[in-house]
Amino acid sequence: MKIRPNAILEVDGLERRFDVSAPWLNRVLERKPRRTLRAVDGVDFIIQRGQTLALVGESGCGKSTIARLVTGLHAPSGGSVKFHGDRDRMQMIFQDPFASLNPRWRVGRIIAEPLRTLRPDTPDAVVAARVDELLRTVGLSPSDGQKFPHEFSGGQRQRISIARALAGEPEFLVCDEPTSALDVSVQAQVLNLMKRLQKEMDLTYLFISHDLSVVRHMADVIAVMYLGRIVEIQPTKDLFANPLHPYTRLLLDTIPDLEAPKRDRTPMGGEVPSPVSPPSGCSFHPRCPLAFDRCKVERPQRRAEVHNRRVACFACETGAAATGLKETADV
Amino acid sequence: MSDIVLDVRNLRVEFPTRKGVLTAVDDISLTIRRGEILGMVGESGAGKSMTGMAILGLLEPPGRIAAGSIHLSGDRIDNLSDREMQQVRGRRIGAIFQDPLTSLNPLFRVGDQLVETIRLHTDLTKAQARERAKDLMREVGIPAVEERIDNYPHQFSGGMRQRIVIALALCAEPELIVADEPTTALDVSIQAQITALLKRLCRERGTAVMLVTHDMGVIAETADRVAVMYAGRLAEVGAVEDVVRRPRHPYTAGLMGSIPSLRSDVEELQMIPGAMPRLDAIPSGCAFNPRCAHAGPKCRRDIPRVEGTQAAACWLATEGAVA
Ligand SMILES: Nc1ncnc2c1ncn2[C@@H]1O[C@H](COP(=O)(O)OP(=O)(O)OP(=O)(O)O)[C@@H](O)[C@H]1O
Ligand SMILES: Nc1ncnc2c1ncn2[C@@H]1O[C@H](COP(=O)(O)OP(=O)(O)OP(=O)(O)O)[C@@H](O)[C@H]1O
Ligand code: SF4
Ligand code: SF4
Ligand SMILES: [Mg+2]
Ligand SMILES: [Mg+2]
Repeated sequence: MKIRPNAILEVDGLERRFDVSAPWLNRVLERKPRRTLRAVDGVDFIIQRGQTLALVGESGCGKSTIARLVTGLHAPSGGSVKFHGDRDRMQMIFQDPFASLNPRWRVGRIIAEPLRTLRPDTPDAVVAARVDELLRTVGLSPSDGQKFPHEFSGGQRQRISIARALAGEPEFLVCDEPTSALDVSVQAQVLNLMKRLQKEMDLTYLFISHDLSVVRHMADVIAVMYLGRIVEIQPTKDLFANPLHPYTRLLLDTIPDLEAPKRDRTPMGGEVPSPVSPPSGCSFHPRCPLAFDRCKVERPQRRAEVHNRRVACFACETGAAATGLKETADV
Repeated sequence: MSDIVLDVRNLRVEFPTRKGVLTAVDDISLTIRRGEILGMVGESGAGKSMTGMAILGLLEPPGRIAAGSIHLSGDRIDNLSDREMQQVRGRRIGAIFQDPLTSLNPLFRVGDQLVETIRLHTDLTKAQARERAKDLMREVGIPAVEERIDNYPHQFSGGMRQRIVIALALCAEPELIVADEPTTALDVSIQAQITALLKRLCRERGTAVMLVTHDMGVIAETADRVAVMYAGRLAEVGAVEDVVRRPRHPYTAGLMGSIPSLRSDVEELQMIPGAMPRLDAIPSGCAFNPRCAHAGPKCRRDIPRVEGTQAAACWLATEGAVA
């Protein structure tokens, strides 16, 4: 991994709570208390310029909420997001390439819009030339600019979203599940394109996905989330070679592996608890094979003395994780 | 009698439209034995669900079976009336879909839905059926059954709902289960639980399972045999290890190569150029020929077929030449 000491994004103690109480009248009549959902609950990470940091984790762990906090679509309830770049040059790519493209606009106009926002005085001819160039960059043809989004396949639409994002001359791209709606052969086209563009334009990606094999292919650093928190963050190679957190280990053990299928696996038990009433202490403790008393009362933090802030887990502090999990994982 | 539970021969499904007749499933033949899991894979629009729906007798009109036959343990089922087919579906074929809420009625307690289904297919009394429902819920891994049996579907998580649907599908001890993307909407940890459950039930009860999914990883871990579909036709069938490790069809090989690996590093993923054709523009000859690096004149002229239980529909694979 190439470590470069210039952070483009610093996220510190980030929190986002949502009020999910029943309507006021019901609350009064049924004497129910106000309820708060902690979607993002104290998250720290740094992204270096030109690198890709990936957020992975199961549904509802807070990945998209972080994306919205970083891009400013949500305001934080606590903590901070510091972006050391040009805010106007931060763009976002969404999971659903159809919903995010205006169906009544021709593709050329869709792609031109961020450019016109960024530089309103650009002459039309220059805009048109730039749109043609962007269409070619993402593997479409200039004549496609005359068509409407519905005339394209899912993969082509995602290329259009990428072309639109590039039109804003981004230095930083937030990509929320950019290929999750696509077939694997189309996904490969989009991922290859994203990697090529990153190299050519020195782009930085915050890349969100629930697919560990995709994340392994794309990211320099991976942050594993569970119930609104980062439980482990490591350079990609280290995470796969030496996963530290019991949840990461179970996850890596659970994902189907085409090259070495585990046909008689014993899956991880239990389910992700509700973020409205998360378990006390370490929120993973009800599913954790290594949990001990302390885990139920105290919340583990990522600490400098424990694997250099890479993991939040008490068992990793005592070294129990290194020995204990191998035996318990098969139970 | 042989242990072949499902025998599909030369199945064709058509959709008459204003612009002409579209063929969504074309000349599909496959068999599933007792206790066997057949995986159906392929990209979006390949015709996997249409094949499953045709077997279940649930094609939405104007969609219809235009040719071929479907036999269930020797009995022909593709020409039954709607009412007869409804009986077969309840008793002999179970269905599991991606969204558990399509199979559950949101207005009824899950216990009552199970009891009703059980009583429809057996002579059990209400009390006996309720006990049987509890057993089934335990069997599919619902914790605290005594408390949960009177809950409504919305009170369960997605994974728990899918377990209830599996319990429903099992009520009548069917010979065949058609499961269409049963884990696609679920998280990986829950997905692993559900596929492990399906595998165990299939092994213990000898149920034949058709598992439709676009997820090769799930297939590799779950299925005994695989059928790969492309543009409504079978591209390849075979034992799961063969198809995954030594694909014979260029499309299957491309599909495998485009999946990022969990073990090795590549700078670029393998790409199949282009996209699957739309139904109204299926190329002549081998439907894959515009995207295939090996395509020759024969590929553009003649349709290759899957022959047997271990084969690819590819002229290069079967005849070694495409001239
Ligand atoms: N506007 C909102 N109001 C209330 N709750 C919300 C809101 N947005 C998100 N949440 C909740 O916050 C939690 C985190 O949601 P988020 O969308 O960030 O998860 P995610 O990790 O992106 O999940 P997925 O993989 O399903 O996209 C979830 O429990 C979700 O229901
Ligand atoms: N009512 C319909 N009229 C015409 N064509 C239809 C109809 N329903 C489906 N099709 C077409 O039939 C083809 C096969 O669809 P099918 O749902 O079987 O695909 P699939 O392989 O299950 O894909 P997915 O992975 O997206 O579920 C598709 O091209 C689809 O557009
Ligand atoms: S802190 Fe305790 S419960 Fe949490 S992951 Fe570590 S060992 Fe398990
Ligand atoms: S038949 Fe020809 S075009 Fe089709 S997959 Fe084989 S080589 Fe390629
Ligand atoms: Mg999300
Ligand atoms: Mg389908």
